[in-house]
Amino acid sequence: MLFSGHEIAATLTELGVTHAIWLPDSELGGWEADLESAEALTLLRVCREGEAWPLAAGLYLGGASPLVIMQVTGLFESGDALRNVLFDLGLPIFAILGARSWLASGSRDSAKRFATPILDAWGIDRVIVEAPGDKPELAAHYRRCQKAGRAGAVLLAEGSM
Amino acid sequence: MSRHERASDGARRERMPLVPALKVLTEIRRHDQVVVTSMGSAREWPKLSEHALDFHYVPSTMGGAVPLGLGLALAQRHREVLVVSSDGALLMNLGCLVTVIDSGAANLSIVLLDNGVYEVTGGQKTAAAREGVDFAGVARAVGYPNVGCFRRLDEWQREAGEFLGSSGPRFAWLVVEPVREGFALAPPQPMHEQLRRLGEALGDRR
Repeated sequence: MLFSGHEIAATLTELGVTHAIWLPDSELGGWEADLESAEALTLLRVCREGEAWPLAAGLYLGGASPLVIMQVTGLFESGDALRNVLFDLGLPIFAILGARSWLASGSRDSAKRFATPILDAWGIDRVIVEAPGDKPELAAHYRRCQKAGRAGAVLLAEGSM
Repeated sequence: MSRHERASDGARRERMPLVPALKVLTEIRRHDQVVVTSMGSAREWPKLSEHALDFHYVPSTMGGAVPLGLGLALAQRHREVLVVSSDGALLMNLGCLVTVIDSGAANLSIVLLDNGVYEVTGGQKTAAAREGVDFAGVARAVGYPNVGCFRRLDEWQREAGEFLGSSGPRFAWLVVEPVREGFALAPPQPMHEQLRRLGEALGDRR
């Protein structure tokens, strides 16, 4: 994973994120202890990804600054909830999405194949962080999206299935 | 077992009418309490009550009302939040009952209106309709400290205030009659107006 748990907790804290709503995969899951122990952050676990978007909506409407963390397969699963929150309610919710198999050359994982086409179909402003030199883009893209008042996403390249 | 459950044990086939059941809630809701309605309750509540802290979640994602209400409760810890959901919607997202418990939010009440059907699409049965689901049992099993089942309107009228004043999070299962006419759902207000009004009522300065 490109970011350690310590790095991601520090980054989210610096960005003013108050709640990290997540359903982790095997790579994002390594962040759990650091996200849970970060003083300025509350880690919220959901049972399926479709819960994450309306939960983020409620937090946002209540004045908090939530962020969603899930694997890209969770994005696929939670499409209707995402549609409602980002488009019907028009809320600028930001997500960190684990891009499964992204770094696995020759992978035929359909989760890799559909990641960017699905995000683009939804019209979600996204960047891909796939090398150490890209890491500052996570915070920069979050800030751009928040300033513009629009939803956004970072695809974090993962190597495993 | 609570008094709220014992009171209903002898009347398993009874269902209370929807609108009077909601009227009970409009009469006891606290002035500073956020109320999130969805589906059938979003259709009926605006005819009964008007409050700046009402949020009628239409259009919604089915099963999203409880998570949305939970988010409001976590962001506004000093306020009570009441979510009025329906059985068809909750069945799409039963895990959210566990999420509520794990979050530690105590300032949340869930009132489930169980009519056994997808009412707003014309009354088709849910997968739970034939055998019945003990929603109170589900809530109790996942850790809600206060769970009630109400089938009779007089019980609900008598006990709702005390029940919703108990330690949270609370889960009230109301067995209600389906509405057979005028069941269609339409947004009571444009969403952007609802969001503006709720934001102002909550003091959002963004």
